[in-house]
Amino acid sequence: MSVMVDIRSVYKSFGSLDVLKGIDLKVRTGEVTVVLGPSGSGKSTLLRTINHLEKVDRGEISVDGALMGYRRSGNKLHELPEREVLRQRTRIGFVFQNFNLFPHLTVLENVTEAPVSALKRPRKAAEETAHRLLERVGLADKAGAYPRQLSGGQQQRVAIARALALEPRLLLFDEPTSALDPELVGEVLDVIRDLAAQGTTMIVVTHEIAFAREVADTVVFMADGRIVEQGTPEQVLGAPREERTRTFLAKVL
Amino acid sequence: MSSDTLAQTPATAKTPEPADAPRIVPRRRFGQWAAAVAVLVLLGFAVNSVLSNKAFQWDVVAEYFTSDAILRGLWLTLWLTAVVMTLGFALGTLLAAFRLSANPVLRAVAWGYVWLFRSIPILVQLLLWFNIGALYPQVFGVKTVNLLSPVAVAIVGLTLHEAAYAAEVVRGGILSVDRGQIEAAQALGLSPGRRWWRIVLPQAMRSIVPPAANMLIGTLKGTSIVSIIAVNDLLFSAQLVYHRTYQVIPLLMVATLWYAVVTSLLGIGQYYVEKRYARGTERTR
Repeated sequence: MSVMVDIRSVYKSFGSLDVLKGIDLKVRTGEVTVVLGPSGSGKSTLLRTINHLEKVDRGEISVDGALMGYRRSGNKLHELPEREVLRQRTRIGFVFQNFNLFPHLTVLENVTEAPVSALKRPRKAAEETAHRLLERVGLADKAGAYPRQLSGGQQQRVAIARALALEPRLLLFDEPTSALDPELVGEVLDVIRDLAAQGTTMIVVTHEIAFAREVADTVVFMADGRIVEQGTPEQVLGAPREERTRTFLAKVL
Repeated sequence: MSSDTLAQTPATAKTPEPADAPRIVPRRRFGQWAAAVAVLVLLGFAVNSVLSNKAFQWDVVAEYFTSDAILRGLWLTLWLTAVVMTLGFALGTLLAAFRLSANPVLRAVAWGYVWLFRSIPILVQLLLWFNIGALYPQVFGVKTVNLLSPVAVAIVGLTLHEAAYAAEVVRGGILSVDRGQIEAAQALGLSPGRRWWRIVLPQAMRSIVPPAANMLIGTLKGTSIVSIIAVNDLLFSAQLVYHRTYQVIPLLMVATLWYAVVTSLLGIGQYYVEKRYARGTERTR
């Protein structure tokens, strides 16, 4: 199986705070990787470095064979012009914890915005795709609504449809259910589960252990800016080798 | 009653009360009644004194209200306001962008501009521009006196003044937009221009419109200051008439009423503009 995401010795600090201390991670095409870890372990930052929302201090990240955000020239990495970075990002879908839907645009406009303006798709075609995607996330009747008229779970499903509208090769989820009321978590996880079943390559940062056990091909446990251990859900969640992992699981299970 | 039928009850229907429930009697608010009566009486006295005072000469007010001289002055006031606001906000938006940019030189320049032009009284600034020939007799071989007519002085002076305030209004509006909005737009690959015009600005407008409307109304009346450099605005036109006829008060009333009329119209316009930018903010459930 080919490698979709290749993260090589990535370091990142905010001021004096080291957030990522040498991360190496490979994500194979078609697989679901779930990243677990306590708050402040650097998992969200890692996710954000993958689509270059956060710049790394050291190391490199390739997505689908292309170096993200940089151009290699000899032994140097030159930062790409913004236009290039934006083009790279259109191949990666990103779903935020707080949805970040555009509140002044309707659901349909939220979903068609990027295909029309970034990919230059004809509006008509983009709208057809959008209606199809909204149906897929169970919101076919909400196309004309504004985000604030929807529940949190519905907003997050619109955000997923918006990310899918770019037909991304990779989907990144940053704690997609953390901002939701408990009774709304299920509907969002259902959509993600459905995407996983269709072979979408995904990296999901979450606190939903049961979901990880069920859907993940690989579980990555992070703490203090490092990957403590990774493996199948059975290995990492069922029989963790590291003490750090055991302590964490004992607290959340 | 089962929970199913409860859920189907329309939100407007009242839940039936038990018959023996005690009735709720609101507190009597005598103080509020007394205050309302006192204020209305005072207001009545004030209105009566204005209407019955012959010195206001309301017949003269009516005579000059739509006279050519006054309407020409009104027209100048209106277009001067429009030009100054447009240029002021264009320059102000640029300054706000400088202020928020990653470039420390641009940030410092924008900060310095705002500091400088908020520090100089507009009256002083107009007089300085009016006398610019004393500082720079020639620019590119042209005499500055010929370059800057009184109207041009008014436009330049008021625009530079407005821009400093507009910069802060626009900056506040941009800062009010959630950082996540920009990140979402970046993650979707939207270009910087698209992010600005389609995502940030429409959301910033909600916080920009009320203070901008304030500035617009302030500018409308503030343009009357140009009468001191003999620009033929609404106030100066009224003054020209009363210098001739000595009907000072009625002509000041003419100008005042026109300012009030235009201000009211702008207030109505503000209502609709605010409604336009409030799209998607109302909760329907």
